[in-house]
Amino acid sequence: MRVVAAMSGGVDSAVAAARMLDAGHEVVGVHLALSQSAATLRESARGCCTIEDAGDARRVADMLGIPFYVWDMASRFKRDVMEDFVAEYSAGRTPNPCLRCNEKIKFAALLDKAVALGFDAVATGHYAQVVERPDGSRELHRALDPAKDQSYVLGVLTAEQLARSFFPLGDTTKPEIRAEARERGFYVASKPDSHDICFIADGDTRGWLTQRLGEQPGDIVDAVSGDVVGAHSGAYAYTVGQRRGLGLPRHAQDGQPRYVVDVDAASNTVVVGTADLLGVNALTGDHARWCGPAPEGVVAVGAQVRAHGDEVPATAWAEGDHVQVRLESRLRGVAPGQSVVLYGGTRVVGSASISSARLER
Amino acid sequence: MLPSAIAAMAEQMAVTGNASSLHTAGRAARRVVEESRERLARAIGARPSEVVFTSGGTESDNLAIKGALAARREQDPGRHRLVVSAMEHHAVLDCVDHLVAHEGAKVTWVEPDPAGFISPRAVRAAIEEDPDSVALVSVMWANNEVGTIQPVREIADVAHEFGIPVHSDAVQALAHAPLDFAASDLDLMTITAHKAGGPLGVGALVVKRAMPVTPQTHGGGQERQIRSGTLDAPAIRGFAVAVEEAVDGREDESERVLRLRDRLITSALDLGYGITVSGHWEAGDGIRRLSGNAHLLVPGCEGDSLLYLLDAAGVECSTGSACQAGVPQPSHVLLAMGVAEQDARGALRLTLGHTSTEADVDAFLAALPAAVERARRASGIG
Repeated sequence: MRVVAAMSGGVDSAVAAARMLDAGHEVVGVHLALSQSAATLRESARGCCTIEDAGDARRVADMLGIPFYVWDMASRFKRDVMEDFVAEYSAGRTPNPCLRCNEKIKFAALLDKAVALGFDAVATGHYAQVVERPDGSRELHRALDPAKDQSYVLGVLTAEQLARSFFPLGDTTKPEIRAEARERGFYVASKPDSHDICFIADGDTRGWLTQRLGEQPGDIVDAVSGDVVGAHSGAYAYTVGQRRGLGLPRHAQDGQPRYVVDVDAASNTVVVGTADLLGVNALTGDHARWCGPAPEGVVAVGAQVRAHGDEVPATAWAEGDHVQVRLESRLRGVAPGQSVVLYGGTRVVGSASISSARLER
Repeated sequence: MLPSAIAAMAEQMAVTGNASSLHTAGRAARRVVEESRERLARAIGARPSEVVFTSGGTESDNLAIKGALAARREQDPGRHRLVVSAMEHHAVLDCVDHLVAHEGAKVTWVEPDPAGFISPRAVRAAIEEDPDSVALVSVMWANNEVGTIQPVREIADVAHEFGIPVHSDAVQALAHAPLDFAASDLDLMTITAHKAGGPLGVGALVVKRAMPVTPQTHGGGQERQIRSGTLDAPAIRGFAVAVEEAVDGREDESERVLRLRDRLITSALDLGYGITVSGHWEAGDGIRRLSGNAHLLVPGCEGDSLLYLLDAAGVECSTGSACQAGVPQPSHVLLAMGVAEQDARGALRLTLGHTSTEADVDAFLAALPAAVERARRASGIG
């Protein structure tokens, strides 16, 4: 097959490209330029779109002897990922930009362009496994290495997208990938993993949002009494479940710490309460995407609500574009905007964007 | 690289010797350097003493512009303005930008006409804004992207009316256009070896004897005190051999390459995809456009998609535009010529040389239709 290997400049995508080549595919390396103004070498090398990263990717492509191109998707990334990120926080929700990037950029714009140019598929360094069924359909499964499993951020992929996707690292652990990269002579073998959000280089999400949304002073209100107990400079900067950064002392009467239990964007209010108010067992998700046909009736699933969170047993049923999820045990700190990914064993069944999380008796 | 240049260089690399030393080996190296200087000078219509060896085109351009500006300001602090064509190579553009941003220089950019020529009249107009403030005029001999050959002699005449010296980056013209430093009446001219089949990493700034240039690197005082640094005798020898051979064979080669170019362009225009040729082009004209340059605009395509598709079909070409962090940008040359940004993205530059054959042109023309159709489908995604 003719395959585009998406090469970020990191160790994972380097080994993924090498493995595709070993498997006998015709491979072309593509680095996505996602930053509006590419950082210089003097700036931080974090994230995934610095000159240094593009250079690292090119170096690996040269070692593999494959053609290498940089595709500029910065304006699309800005619109579909960064502006979406700001709009979601502004509306009081907590988005996952990596998931959005996979949905809108890597397995949409990149894949579409690759297909238009005559390629058959895209390969990335994500840790997840694609299993081909006897009937030719493909399923997305968790990676072998639970510590690195990235099936959650790929949970938005449809069967059509999966049919054109390769994840050559899914059957290997990260330490083994690093060892393989060393054996292959890639000097990116010891390059640190990327963390956080690639377009927020210093990791200060609140500061980054404040630059774009400005200060919007408002009240911090107690969930039970309704009393104003503090002040904030922008409700958008708060996430359900958050404890730090509230600037509140321990409660005078009960001595318990306070958590954000709700963010009301319309009234610019942050609502705080004790930990017991954070537990939820019922979720409603919008924009449901099913990896294969939508399930019929109520199905037993495992539900995961954040990239590195645990899976909890649940039942789920589809309601048109929505999905209802009933958790068997309570989850804490589930914020609207997060995605819920549903698993059947190791298989990804589908995903949805959480619009409501609540406690039902 | 030309085999004769490789042989000459290899022979010289086996011989040690610093051309600045007084011992026997040093004298032998110096003799090679000076003979090479003479051979090179003869091939480009210059005097040997006018040839200042450098590390290549970028260094020569920087030395010419920074060195001339500094020297002219020393004589007259009011000479702070540079009159520069807007279609220069980045070695000139970025050097000028630096001088404007950090050294208090001013610049007047001279825009090319839609055919890709800098007119002497436009240079005159730029000078006449304030003739006494101009330190230097810089206009390239032949454009590296669209291949137009500039009227450097006429431009030099205009500038000299005002007593202003003129620099020309002739990197692209060396070995591909009749180059004669004396006849051009230029004051400074940049050339580099690899464009003539010589080695990478060596070039020269040709400096008219009366032209003051303030050194930009200081040290042992080699090269008329203008450019210090131990001379690379093997590279210089390879440089001279290559230029001599390229200039000798240029006219015969030019005729052959010109026919290839014209067939390529005519056939591409006839394909029916709305393809246009950038810059001045007339069949049979190798005087105003480099005989080996074909530059096409393919509407509705991204140049880098075409590049990939043609490369996969075994045709090597370039988009002709610079990259910023690896991201293709629309060419500043095309934009300066008035090409719309969207159209400039579909640029394709094909360079024909002594290894190009009729079969190469056939292969390109055969691969182009499928590449254009695919590239059009891919455009607008992302």
